[in-house]
Amino acid sequence: MDLTLRVWRQAGPDRPGAFEEYRAREISEDASFLEMLDVVNERLTLEGKEPITFDHDCREGICGTCGIMINGKPHGGQKGTATCQLHMRKFGNGDVIVVEPWRAAGFPVLKDLMVNRSAFDRIIEAGGYIGVDVGSAPEANLIPVPKAVSELAMDAAACIGCGACVAACPNNAAQLFTAAKVAHLNLLPQGQPERFARVEAMVDTMERFFGSCTNHGECEAACPKSISIDFIALLNKDYVRAKRINRAMVSRA
Amino acid sequence: MTTTQAPARRQYPWPIEFYRSAVGKKWVMGVTGIVLIGYLIFHTIGNLKIYLGAEEIDSYGEALRDLGGHLVPRTSLLWLMRGGLLVCAVLHIHSAATLTATNWKARSGRYHVRDYAVASYASRSMRATGVIVVFFLLFHLADLTWGVTPAASDVYARGAIYANMIASFERIPVAILYVIANLSLAPHLYHGTWSLFQSLGWNHPRFNQWRRYAAWAVTGFVVIGNLSVPIAVQLGYFD
Ligand code: FES
Repeated sequence: MDLTLRVWRQAGPDRPGAFEEYRAREISEDASFLEMLDVVNERLTLEGKEPITFDHDCREGICGTCGIMINGKPHGGQKGTATCQLHMRKFGNGDVIVVEPWRAAGFPVLKDLMVNRSAFDRIIEAGGYIGVDVGSAPEANLIPVPKAVSELAMDAAACIGCGACVAACPNNAAQLFTAAKVAHLNLLPQGQPERFARVEAMVDTMERFFGSCTNHGECEAACPKSISIDFIALLNKDYVRAKRINRAMVSRA
Repeated sequence: MTTTQAPARRQYPWPIEFYRSAVGKKWVMGVTGIVLIGYLIFHTIGNLKIYLGAEEIDSYGEALRDLGGHLVPRTSLLWLMRGGLLVCAVLHIHSAATLTATNWKARSGRYHVRDYAVASYASRSMRATGVIVVFFLLFHLADLTWGVTPAASDVYARGAIYANMIASFERIPVAILYVIANLSLAPHLYHGTWSLFQSLGWNHPRFNQWRRYAAWAVTGFVVIGNLSVPIAVQLGYFD
């Protein structure tokens, strides 16, 4: 199939960007979106032009490195699918496809379609971990976890941190990412000791980079792992409790 | 390199810290929203008393002023409630305004093409509908509470609720204004009612579907109830 791409090109972080038009010819229907970009890039390289920069790694939908805005939809809008898993058969021959990077103040563009998502790392550093004793591996079944709880925690842990939630949100809020990361630890017994310190620290860090949630629900629709906004409600509940509980802990110190 | 180091911030006492956080502000918006929704429901019930006749709705107004009977100074409880509503409205608007500023700062340029999947007309127009409701509220107070012309009709008389409402709604532009205002209130009320459950963290698979139903019920009752009055007046129901 033959396509026309309108791609955002930007030479560097503080450089002005603009759309450039490219032809993608003889693309296989079985190619993934990223493979289609590879073909375009190969031709650009042969022509002596600068190839389009985009982030990618596993190409099997599990690492969260890929992520671009395709025709105004994060990851192209196919439900529960990352850009690397989106296939060209979803497009029609002769289509014009608009390709843009995630746009959020918390995700500055590095080059073309590649953005800096280290704000997510700052949120994780603030509390996205648990404390365990060093030494030999603990006995796996020492702490029983109810089936329903482990399933729910697993749903949250499915987050691959691609940033589509932020990109989709009209407020550029990172609530779904933070909620998923908080929930997957806060639901489990292993996450209880740091539970309230975690939610407070992670939310406060999140708010220094991103906007605030007004419950549009776009994030849930954009998430390649279909993570539910129910986790955001859990986050809000834990945050309010944390503000109370952490203060009580401080006053006793 | 682009900076991703979080800037340091001063610590304040916890209620202030809580309100400084966006999640805290949304919580405040949810709680004040509940108060304002509760008020709207009672206000609509009061409005509907017009169908029971002049005596019924006029004595309802008198009952509000005389709340507490001989136990407290006259109108004191009414003013207490008004004060509470005003505080809620101010907090609701202040958090909305500051959150809006935060959210606009969090954006960097718009998408050239953006195709929303689920964000509704209601959720995306909250700011606009909120502003319309505030302006309408001022007009509404001038019309039927303060009796300031030209908002109020020429025959406005304090305490004569039935006559004031009918005289006001008989003016076609005013009736249209009330209809428009209530139609703007509808999406605001719908998204607000549903959304407050999320903001306050009230979420459970058992009742999540009911949050939508509750939002429809509240919106339907308030908006249809309110709309019916100017429309009934225009159709000559009270002649
Ligand atoms: S490249 Fe790993 S999720 Fe797409």
